[in-house]
Amino acid sequence: MQIGFLVISIVKIAAILAYLYGLMWVLGKKEWWLKALGLFAGFGVIQMALSLKFGGGDNPFQIFNSFDQGLLFQACTIAMCSLGLNLIYGFNGQFSLAQWGFYGIGAYCAADITFRWFNGDARGLIAVGVGTLLGGLALILINRALKRLRGIPVLSAFTLYLLASVAAAVAAVFAGRLLNPLLAPLLGSQAEPGPLNSAAVRQIVFFFSVVFAGIFSAEVSFLFGLPVLQLGSDYFGIATLGFSIVINTLMVNSDTILPFPEMKGGRGMIGIPKLTTWFWAFFFMMAVIIIMRNLIRSTTGRAIVSVREDETAAKAMGIDVAGSKILAFVVGSFFAGIGGAVYAHYIGFLSPGTFSFLAGFNPLIIVVFGGLGSMTGTIAASFGWIFFLEGLLRVLLGQLGTEAPTWRFVLYPLTLLLLMLIRPQGLLGSVEWGFLKGDRRKAGEPAVKS
Amino acid sequence: MSNQAVSGKPAPAVSAPRRRRAPLAWLGRAFLILLGLYVLYIIFSNLIKNPSLFANIFISGLQLGFVYAMIALGYTMVYGIVRLINFAHGDVFMVGAFVSYYAVARFRLHQWPAAVFPGFPPALSTLLGSMTVILLSMLVCLLLAVTIERVAYKPLRDAPRIAALITAIGVSFFLEYFGALNFVFSPRFIPYERPFGVVAWFISNGIHLVVPGEEPPADSVTFSNILLLIIAASILVQLALQFLVRRTKIGMAMRAASFDKPTARLMGIKVDRVISFTFAIGAAFAGLGGVLYAIAYSSIWSQLGILPGLKAFVAAVLGGIGSIPGALVGALIMGQAEALTMGYISTPMRDAVAFTILIVVLLVRPTGLFGEPEKEKA
Repeated sequence: MQIGFLVISIVKIAAILAYLYGLMWVLGKKEWWLKALGLFAGFGVIQMALSLKFGGGDNPFQIFNSFDQGLLFQACTIAMCSLGLNLIYGFNGQFSLAQWGFYGIGAYCAADITFRWFNGDARGLIAVGVGTLLGGLALILINRALKRLRGIPVLSAFTLYLLASVAAAVAAVFAGRLLNPLLAPLLGSQAEPGPLNSAAVRQIVFFFSVVFAGIFSAEVSFLFGLPVLQLGSDYFGIATLGFSIVINTLMVNSDTILPFPEMKGGRGMIGIPKLTTWFWAFFFMMAVIIIMRNLIRSTTGRAIVSVREDETAAKAMGIDVAGSKILAFVVGSFFAGIGGAVYAHYIGFLSPGTFSFLAGFNPLIIVVFGGLGSMTGTIAASFGWIFFLEGLLRVLLGQLGTEAPTWRFVLYPLTLLLLMLIRPQGLLGSVEWGFLKGDRRKAGEPAVKS
Repeated sequence: MSNQAVSGKPAPAVSAPRRRRAPLAWLGRAFLILLGLYVLYIIFSNLIKNPSLFANIFISGLQLGFVYAMIALGYTMVYGIVRLINFAHGDVFMVGAFVSYYAVARFRLHQWPAAVFPGFPPALSTLLGSMTVILLSMLVCLLLAVTIERVAYKPLRDAPRIAALITAIGVSFFLEYFGALNFVFSPRFIPYERPFGVVAWFISNGIHLVVPGEEPPADSVTFSNILLLIIAASILVQLALQFLVRRTKIGMAMRAASFDKPTARLMGIKVDRVISFTFAIGAAFAGLGGVLYAIAYSSIWSQLGILPGLKAFVAAVLGGIGSIPGALVGALIMGQAEALTMGYISTPMRDAVAFTILIVVLLVRPTGLFGEPEKEKA
């Protein structure tokens, strides 16, 4: 049993990694129909492995049973979160510990939207949707306006942005109050779902909740990052750590300090609809990968990478250093928010303990393992990490004794330490594979050497 | 002005006013002023409403602040020399608390004179014993910090600074979770046994002793011997460190190494030894702080060091990193901010306030309150 379990787990890890590399290889092809076919096949293979049942009876054999399915979804969410961190830390060189906080913001935000919708309350979707869109619009307009005023102090700009966000939030709350009575009869209650609570509409609401959660995270990160990114690397690190701690404190007190009784504070939010399917997990992960790859291989992406290499030289070349930093930070947080939203709808239960700042080092360890500035490495490390540590080691160590979880946390930092002492640039360094390597022929120049 | 411009040698003092003033600068300033006024309003309205409660909160903030000051010294010295946020410092502080716990609760070390020489005066025995416990904790922390420095930081001295920061986080995690194992410390909160009894006084028409079991009158301000001990120890440590850095040879070497490491090396200073010494001194003070913190709050666990460590670092940054009086002032501000937030706003928000203060101060004065302007480094 032990040996068999071990072998099967290792085969699964290897198969998943091979599958990912195959997918990336297919996506690197030139023909668009090959890419589409690859995406479709990549989705279908796993879907079949998840849903096909061999043999009847009470305990049919499945290639991926429900435990593996959980691991798969978790791996997808943590891959989105870690890719975001890799953009911030690996590609842009800003050491951030706030990623887990944005992951938590996305999770709680999306969970609140769907939870309220399922219970006949449309205010969540309306308020967050109107708020994020209005707020985003306001931030973009102010940004445009401020670009003409050169040399505006950061604090003044921050004050303007803050005022705009507060105004957007107030408008959103009023919009929610106004529009909710119109929609409430159509939504029905938990016992008798109305026409707007049919399965198809729920899927659409889920999609929007994830997107709005991502945008919300991005806007919070913009407001937080604008003053904090000025501080310089070490102070930025400590301020982001503080941000994670503050976000976690707010989660613990979400029903006392924040006005969200349904989040139930430190007891944890229960009853979140489990809407994440393999389709959504795959869809959002591929979206994140493609957006990030295209961003990094663009002119903007080169500016982002150049800031990491040498800030002074980048400034001398006319690159907007502060703008690049904040762009990377916001996009990275957007990915984290999406990841958190997908995670919330997989697990169905959110506890502040999940988002404690100690757990926030997981994405950092993944990024460092996978190699700073290597998307391939990050994706592989996320899947390997979840399948190896959460799947294999948890089951094996769980048989050893009750102290096993603590031992895991003793071994993580030791691994991190050894890795940093032996290979400070991460296991894979900056190696890329297939699709992620970028198109060398198009611009007639070598791709960004990172 | 025109003379300078014609001569083609624009002096900085003259060309400065010609630069366009930053637009909308008043907005940020107004924001800060409003924030400051709001804070002042909260403080003064509560001070007028209930002065004795305010004084009690102020005293608890003072106690917290002086403990933070002891931890902040280690941060500020280490950062001043090697530019590393030594995350493990807070966990060294935790180890100090645990060493004293074992020395007191398991080995009864705080009463060794009375145990060895029967008939020893009990008061003197407690004094000597407590001193021994504190010194033992400081020694263990010192050895631990030197080991950490040798194993985790020294090999990375030439690597990018972020690498050392990550190892620091790794060491910190290792200490926390290794300490949480059952055979090391334990994952639970442990009630801490004080090596000496608490004596408290209250001020209400003069200073009176609080009789155990009796409540002090409502409008009185209470303080305990622990507060006095912490203040005395903290100020003593500050003075000792000032003396060490300003008047001794090793202090001169520390200042030289923090100013310019390669040149200091050329001048015959053993920089590695100086760095180890800095870690050791800082850790000894953190150990002392750990014992006093445990005595004051009488409950310890393996993740005790995280938040005090972070706040002490924030205090060090606030005061200006590398400055010893700055660390004291920053720590006192942090202690007051935390106590006032706990008393008048809400207990969970105390961490948020600490980091908000950090961000605001760094935006207004990037070098902290007492910091020297940073040199442009290649």
